[in-house]
Amino acid sequence: MQFMLLFSRQGKLRLQKWYVPLSDKEKKKITRELVQTVLARKPKMCSFLEWRDLKIVYKRYASLYFCCAIEDQDNELITLEIIHRYVELLDKYFGSVCELDIIFNFEKAYFILDEFLLGGEVQETSKKNVLKAIEQADLLQEKTENMFHSKSFIGSKKAY
Amino acid sequence: MVAPSLKLQDLIEEIRGAKTQAQEREVIQKECAHIRASFREGDPLHRHRQLAKLLYVHMLGYPAHFGQMECLKLIASPRFTDKRVGYLGAMLLLDERQDAHLLITNSIKNDLSQGIQPVQGLALCTLSTMGSAEMCQDLATEVEKLLLQPSPYVRKKAILTAVHIIRKVPELSNIFLPSCAQLLHERHHGVLLGTITLITELCERSPAALRHFRKVVPQLVQKLRTLVTTGYSTEHSISGVSDPFLQVQILRLLRILGRNHEESSEAMNDLLAQVATNTDTSRNAGSAVLFETVLTIMDIPSAAGLRVSSPMPLPLASPTLIRYVALMSLLRLVQSDHNAVQRHRPTVVDCLQETDASLSRRALELSLALVNSSNVRAMTRELQAFLESCPPDLRADCASGILLAAERFAPTKRWHMDTILHVLTTAGTYVRDDAVANLTQLIAGAQELHAYSVRRLYSALAEDISQQPLVQVAAWCIGEYGDLLLEGNCEDIEPLQVEEEEVLALLERVLQSHMSLPATRGYALTALMKLSTRLRGDNNRIRQVVSIYGSCLDVELQQRAVEYNALFRKYDHMRDTLAFHPLRAAILEKMPLVERGGPQVDEEAKESKAAAKLSEAAPVPAEPQASKLLDLLDLLDGPSEDAQHPPPLDPSPGGALVQLLDLPYAPPPPAPIPSLKVFEREGVQLNLSFIRPPGTPALLLITVTVTNSSGGDVTHFICQAAVPKSFQLQLQAPTGDTVPAQGGLPITQLFRILNPNKTPLRLKLRLTYNHFGQPVQEIFEVNNLPVETWQ
Repeated sequence: MQFMLLFSRQGKLRLQKWYVPLSDKEKKKITRELVQTVLARKPKMCSFLEWRDLKIVYKRYASLYFCCAIEDQDNELITLEIIHRYVELLDKYFGSVCELDIIFNFEKAYFILDEFLLGGEVQETSKKNVLKAIEQADLLQEKTENMFHSKSFIGSKKAY
Repeated sequence: MVAPSLKLQDLIEEIRGAKTQAQEREVIQKECAHIRASFREGDPLHRHRQLAKLLYVHMLGYPAHFGQMECLKLIASPRFTDKRVGYLGAMLLLDERQDAHLLITNSIKNDLSQGIQPVQGLALCTLSTMGSAEMCQDLATEVEKLLLQPSPYVRKKAILTAVHIIRKVPELSNIFLPSCAQLLHERHHGVLLGTITLITELCERSPAALRHFRKVVPQLVQKLRTLVTTGYSTEHSISGVSDPFLQVQILRLLRILGRNHEESSEAMNDLLAQVATNTDTSRNAGSAVLFETVLTIMDIPSAAGLRVSSPMPLPLASPTLIRYVALMSLLRLVQSDHNAVQRHRPTVVDCLQETDASLSRRALELSLALVNSSNVRAMTRELQAFLESCPPDLRADCASGILLAAERFAPTKRWHMDTILHVLTTAGTYVRDDAVANLTQLIAGAQELHAYSVRRLYSALAEDISQQPLVQVAAWCIGEYGDLLLEGNCEDIEPLQVEEEEVLALLERVLQSHMSLPATRGYALTALMKLSTRLRGDNNRIRQVVSIYGSCLDVELQQRAVEYNALFRKYDHMRDTLAFHPLRAAILEKMPLVERGGPQVDEEAKESKAAAKLSEAAPVPAEPQASKLLDLLDLLDGPSEDAQHPPPLDPSPGGALVQLLDLPYAPPPPAPIPSLKVFEREGVQLNLSFIRPPGTPALLLITVTVTNSSGGDVTHFICQAAVPKSFQLQLQAPTGDTVPAQGGLPITQLFRILNPNKTPLRLKLRLTYNHFGQPVQEIFEVNNLPVETWQ
């Protein structure tokens, strides 16, 4: 996978994970163009499209578009599964996830993604293991915060 | 005292509360100022919060480069919270283009070797996301150490980081190769998946690695078999398919290992068949696995039966996605196994109806690839139906595809003509430029179709004069075969009563329409002109129209109109017994068939040459009509009083035309050079004849002719030549090496001599042959070479 983008129906970026080195300007350009292209697609259309020399796999969940760019030799259908698995993970973590969760807790969304994919490849196929890893990291975070600082807030995962 | 800074969530709320873009910018600028101040002061406790806010702002598109150094500080901090945000910041803000990125290498190294597992995880993740080649070089050994760590959590990440390292620095592959064998024994799915990915990467980059890993094929087959046959396991299954991610990855590796390798392919054949048949494709996960299986089957030298049967289970009737991948796999298959794909033709054609552009495009590509001589009629019908309704960006491809297929497989000329006509009427504006030329060529070549074509084109034109290629062809056709149009009967289509006036009116409409391109107008004007000789009525109307265009703004049209006018005015009084209006008739008579494939001689240009237009020197068409044409050209040149008697034809055709076209640099016609007898011995004679082609002054062509008037045959005749150094000599192959006795067929041979410096020609010849049973050899220099051979 070369990159993954999450954006709303108004075209606002909610998450961007790049696995290839590109300048900021290039990333912005790609994002803008791709968002436009995907948003222009009609609902019944195929989830795969060809764009530049990449294959784009996208799926819409409620108000969010999940969009992945894969290479020629990658399997489109399994990429759809990857997207779906990620959504499930978010759902499990946030409890019935909605776009607002991802907006207000974007760094958590990144952390979850980083436990599922690494360097553009799937690293863990067990939902349970991914969620367990996140939980442990969260616990660790809380522990260190409690240890160091009295002013810190105890925590629900949502406050930061 | 630092003002209490906003919590991240509060900032986000405030930004979202902004009603306008300007307001949002204001909020963000204010906050960024705070953040910058906080960074300057170096507040370690809140640094992570500040950076998090900065990262949010960065995602909205605002600059955040001043946070780069803070990432470094956070990564170096011992606190886990700091590291978490710091590494995230590094992945978002730092990349290999920034010089700063190398500074985190040390921190990563420390974290990899000494950190607790979650920290190691963070470090590996960052390295694999944004690690540059230099970083990878520095950290490869650390990563390698982690490959065999006990904890699968770290191991799986280390393996995928190794994949990234190899992508960046392929030379480091060797470090990671040895561990692979051991890692393959893993049971942990994540580690196994990573290992397979690593092996795939190694094999793709190095043929040696590929050979090395072929021996694990049985092991892979075993693992896949276990996955497929094992029952339902909640942890890794999706819709009843056991760990499709792992299955797909194994299949991909098997494909790479089995490619072009009989032994490996055989080991996996059964399993592939099993997977193909047993996977439940009602949900996407199963389809993903099946798709990968099919790709693998197609790529390896597997049994033919497997290949043919495998795409069949692909449910082409099911949802859009499946259709898409099915079309993709068929497209790949059509190159190698055409017949197998032919069976799916009906379904492929169905897919043309898809509203989704990516699907219909694939279907179009595939349909065009499937056209052959037996299904061309049916397929063309489908494709034409598609052409009428397809989206504009596919029209050009569809139109050219149909035309190409028609050209290759047309069963009859008439069908071909009909097809092209249909394409022109439906998608005229999208056809390639040469379609017009092709069609006129086709029509001109098919004499039996002239009446039919002109009728069809006339009807089509009468309906719609907007599609330029169609209009051009129709105008041309009406001009050429207007007489057939008016005849009224044609056995192929229903009789069409067309009046002369209607035809003229139509062409006038074309001329006047603002939709017509200048080229189209040219066609129409010329067509009108031609009709003046084809139609029986008087030509006043045509003359009127033509003279109007004599003052047209378009130079091309104006020129034509003026010249056509001249044809009307000047030579109408000629009443020869030959024909009514012989000049015009001769100039405007039916065109001969243009040579296809040669230099594109534009039909228009040919006609305009006939009308004595001063154009570039073009080769005179060597036809029987040429001499007659030349008479007329002479007529046009001379004063009108002499028009009654055509002057005698110039002996060299080039001459008159040359004068007429008034080319200032045309060379004088070459006087023939006398030939030379250079050798005679016992009835065997050698003659040289010379030609200096006018276009190339340095070239001399010598034809050597060997004759034999003696009683004995001349056999094994070889002639060799030598010339001074400044010349270039080329001998072409002789017509033979035997001259039979008593004046038998002579041998001829062509010498080409290039004499760029115009130095005097000297030629030495060496002959060897057998005569009267005796070998003969003669060497001599040719004397008395005429001066014209080299001056």
